Amino acid sequence: MVPSSDHPAVETRGLTVYYGDRPGLLDVSLAVPRHRIVAIIGPSGCGKTTFLRCINRLNDEIRGVRIEGRVLVDGVDVYRSGVQLEALRKRVGMVFQKSNPFPMSIRDNVTFGPRMAGVPERELGAEMVERSLRLAGLWDEVRDLLDRSALDLSGGQQQRLCVARALANQPDILLLDEPASALDPISTAKVEETLLQLKERYTIVVVTHNLQQAARIADDTAFLMDGRLVEVASTTTLLTNPKERLTEAYITGRFG
Amino acid sequence: MQRIFDTDLDAIKQELLTMAGLAEKSLDDVAKVLTTGDPELARSVIERDDRIDRCELTIDRLGTEFIVRHHPMAGDLRFIITAIKIAPRLERIGDNAVNIARYVLDITTGPWSSPVSEVPRILAQARAMVTDVVKAFVSRDADKAREVIRRDDQVDRLYWDLFRALLERIRTDPDAVHSLITQVLVARFAERIGDQATNIAEEIIYLVEGAPVKHSPLPPTGNE
Repeated sequence: MVPSSDHPAVETRGLTVYYGDRPGLLDVSLAVPRHRIVAIIGPSGCGKTTFLRCINRLNDEIRGVRIEGRVLVDGVDVYRSGVQLEALRKRVGMVFQKSNPFPMSIRDNVTFGPRMAGVPERELGAEMVERSLRLAGLWDEVRDLLDRSALDLSGGQQQRLCVARALANQPDILLLDEPASALDPISTAKVEETLLQLKERYTIVVVTHNLQQAARIADDTAFLMDGRLVEVASTTTLLTNPKERLTEAYITGRFG
Repeated sequence: MQRIFDTDLDAIKQELLTMAGLAEKSLDDVAKVLTTGDPELARSVIERDDRIDRCELTIDRLGTEFIVRHHPMAGDLRFIITAIKIAPRLERIGDNAVNIARYVLDITTGPWSSPVSEVPRILAQARAMVTDVVKAFVSRDADKAREVIRRDDQVDRLYWDLFRALLERIRTDPDAVHSLITQVLVARFAERIGDQATNIAEEIIYLVEGAPVKHSPLPPTGNE
């Protein structure tokens, strides 16, 4: 898959997901333009994470899942036969809600992905480690601690290490599932600053429960409810003057 | 049980309505002052201004606290922004009433002579705009707010016609210059009250429709 500017970085068309009989997503069509940050908001269980996990096909692992519609990454349907999962997940990096550094050194965490992908050892040197950690905004804090265990880092540092680990694979797209929900405000700010910096090189889709976080970092925000895409708009418009009453009710806390 | 959110929101709305009520009372009083020259009533307008100023400070404080406590979104966010922007307009309306009262007091060191009829007329029209814009705020009625904006042109026209007429009279009757200039200034303060009502109306349209209308030609209403 070669990035092409003709297509959105990510696009879903009529994406529908069933877990057995239970719908996870219903007919979601959403385009994520290149070098934008798009936030996905919505109540718990609305399908945010399901949406994210369809983009790099993490849902494939779930028993009884049925996926309809299309998911296009750079215009290529990731569910068509012949798409290699490893190649897809290298292009589409993911960071989870709970930071999950591997119990190894900071350096080895960063080199883990490329090493697994068969990148030769000579390319996994200091330069590559520094580049990834710099991109994740962590370099200055850990440059002298590279051989220390990643588990010694603070929560915010661990999460940025996970971003660095995802970036080491040189993806084009970064998916983040509530990346700052367990972090204090200072660590949150650092993760957010990192994402804003990364926007120049990557396309970012971030699931968040925090509307202020969406307001701070996302160009566009999509609101999901009961598996459906209710509204997508520029973040400022969605948060100050949404078109749909359902969006207004959710973001003003007037549900039910 | 009412949510803290709604209680806090109501407090701001209530303070704004109190402030608007005080400003309207000052406008009613100053209209009487204009025709009667009553110095006591003029002084009561001046004294009331402190309370109006305090309302503005309270709305600033409540609005800021609301943002910090509740991170308002969408319609609630626009309401807070609107409240914080309307309050200084109401404060200016109060100031203009005070200015009129001061000029009348100043001139009543001699015998008060009623102004030419256009001066109270301009004030009455501006006063009516304030009444209607407060109603538009309470009922969140963008069409009513637009109607207020349209009426400002008429107040402006009345003022400029009067300005030219009084200028002419100053030329022909130089002895009356003090009284005539006072009337020009009072008419100007009244006209400014219309401008403040217009500014409030613009904020109300933003509150209701979410798009700014300031500094742009008045968009047509749906039924035009």
